Amino acid sequence: MQINIILAGVGGQGILTIAAVIDLAALQSGLIVRQAEVHGMSQRGGAVQSHLRIADQEIYSDLIAEGTANLILSVEPLEALRYLPFLASEGRIVTSTDLFINMEGYPAMEHIHAELNRTNRPVLVSAAELARKAGHPRTSNMVMLGAAAPFTGLASQELEASIEKLFRAKGDEIVAMNIRAFRTGKALSQPQASNT
Amino acid sequence: MNKQLLLGAEAIALGALDAGISGVYAYPGTPSTEITEYIQKKSGGREQPVRSAWSSNEKTAYEAALGMSYAGKRTLVCMKHVGLNVAADAFINSAITGVNGGLVVAVADDPSMHSSQNEQDSRVYGKFAMVPVLEPASQQELYDASRYAFDLSESVQLPVLLRLTTRLAHSRAGVKSAATRLQNPLNALYAPERFVLMPHNARRQYNNLLGMQDRLEELSEHSSLNRLIPGSGKMGVLAFGIAFNYVMEVRQACGLDFPLLKIGHYPLPRKQIEAFFNTCETILVAEEGYPVYEELLRGYFGLQNGKQIKGRLDGTLPRAGELNADSVAHALGVTKKEVLAVPSIMVNRPPELCKGCGHRDLYEALNTVMSSCKEQHVFSDIGCYTLGALAPYNAIHTCVDMGASITMAKGAADAGLRPAVAVIGDSTFTHSGMTGLLDAINDHSPLTVIIADNDTTAMTGGQNSSANGSKLQAICLGLGVDEAHLRTIIPLKSHLAENIDALRQEINWDGVSVVIAVRECIETAARKKRNPSANV
Repeated sequence: MQINIILAGVGGQGILTIAAVIDLAALQSGLIVRQAEVHGMSQRGGAVQSHLRIADQEIYSDLIAEGTANLILSVEPLEALRYLPFLASEGRIVTSTDLFINMEGYPAMEHIHAELNRTNRPVLVSAAELARKAGHPRTSNMVMLGAAAPFTGLASQELEASIEKLFRAKGDEIVAMNIRAFRTGKALSQPQASNT
Repeated sequence: MNKQLLLGAEAIALGALDAGISGVYAYPGTPSTEITEYIQKKSGGREQPVRSAWSSNEKTAYEAALGMSYAGKRTLVCMKHVGLNVAADAFINSAITGVNGGLVVAVADDPSMHSSQNEQDSRVYGKFAMVPVLEPASQQELYDASRYAFDLSESVQLPVLLRLTTRLAHSRAGVKSAATRLQNPLNALYAPERFVLMPHNARRQYNNLLGMQDRLEELSEHSSLNRLIPGSGKMGVLAFGIAFNYVMEVRQACGLDFPLLKIGHYPLPRKQIEAFFNTCETILVAEEGYPVYEELLRGYFGLQNGKQIKGRLDGTLPRAGELNADSVAHALGVTKKEVLAVPSIMVNRPPELCKGCGHRDLYEALNTVMSSCKEQHVFSDIGCYTLGALAPYNAIHTCVDMGASITMAKGAADAGLRPAVAVIGDSTFTHSGMTGLLDAINDHSPLTVIIADNDTTAMTGGQNSSANGSKLQAICLGLGVDEAHLRTIIPLKSHLAENIDALRQEINWDGVSVVIAVRECIETAARKKRNPSANV
């Protein structure tokens, strides 16, 4: 088993928190993890990405080769498209549809939708709205993780256990809110994952 | 022991802690910062204390490390690749003096320049200093090599350079650790014949270093970082450092079976390489960084002893930038499969100053003042404020190396440029700006230095800086800045008009002036609010 995930977003959006949950769940499941991330200048509002690889045998490269990502998980729709060359032909995009516009020339949303829809059944998530319903807008990353969960090859119980572990210090209420957000996302994408 | 998930940088830190270091010395710099940060976080829980506060720059860090080694204790010194330029004098000469307690310098290179101004290869420095260089390929190897490097350093009495690159520094994997070794006792070495590098001593010490080289090569021959992965065929790959990972990735994914010699311990194991070459007709040399050894193996005039050598120099691999599985697959002749293209609607998303950052207000004021000047040149430096070079501010026009804003402005002022304006951060000023300011004062070079004092080393994640606020003022006064031309402003929108006035007055004044723009980094302030115990 080998799963290659590209996590995408804008510096400051918190994709590394998503990565941390997946890393922990994979490690707890007895799997091998390699996760390359971006530190430094681009964290200041630039495009950021993380290559996350999970396998049951040795992983050599920290970077994912082109055409071999099973999943692009993006917290911003344009950023999902930036890494298309990495997507495997059967790979899936799970992306938030919440725009983050901090530069000139941001393309029209219908063009972004058209490009996303060219890929293999993309899962589009109104993350901010679902997060608000789950209890707090700041849980939108856990909504996204929930929506991506069926494509990670990891058991949801392990992912939820990792969320609990990572947020435990912030109190039961925060943990419950994030789990709720995770389940909201998962409920949305589960039907789209079942017939792969 | 259980595996813990560590960044490569953290694996080095843990290895050093477990090797019994008594101190780490460093100046922050991507991608090396997390080594020291990890030690700062973890050393508190250890039985024996480990000193870990930030140094003013890489040179002061390296020299302090050498002093700790002189005193008999193990010490780690960390920096990014360009930091080794700053520490080079100390580094090269510490190979001549040799060390006492184990001294390991961990240097993180940044091929592809993710967060740097060049992609220089620190292995060249290792060769230049003639010391052992270790270049592990995985997080586990980094941990093991970090531990081993201290034993090696003490056994050969030389500093050891531990080289890593961005990709390994900032990638996580499970790492197994071993028991912690006790720290060395205080055991200062009285050896003026080694440490007083007057010519008569230096010549003898240098000869000793030359005499050591065969032994260093012999150690490489038996290092676990250098090993053969057997295979079949007449094409072999010599894979250095992290390049090994990409070669193995392609070898495994494509079911290839070429022989492979992994190199991670220098000087090169000559016998192993010779034996490997004897079995191959064609050799692909894959190095992460400069084609340092490819050039050597080809020979200056391209004489290859009947072997065909491929690599970065003949275009088989790209000459610049970091390697990856795709570039290595191409070099190995694997046919590229069709992949999706980046859509044509894609636009770049460059980094920017944070919303609400004080540098924004500083640049707004500065741009207003500069727009009325005939010559509009602003010399700047390395830090978050470098982002002022981008739209919408386009406020600064140079960024070369740490401290160069002041000295370049000085040289331009000496050439007759008016006004000559420099923008530098608090941490960069104490790193390498103070001496340049002293030059300007001594030479009466008319310039205005703006110190953007956000009370932290912000770009690398908010480490304590060596001086801020009143300490910066005292430094400037001590260097000889006229008190009447040492101004403080607060870069806030509500202060815009008065800030423009202050900047205009000082920029128009024909002498050395310093304007300190004081406002805490909003990220650091928010972090302190979330976690009041941190950063004190």
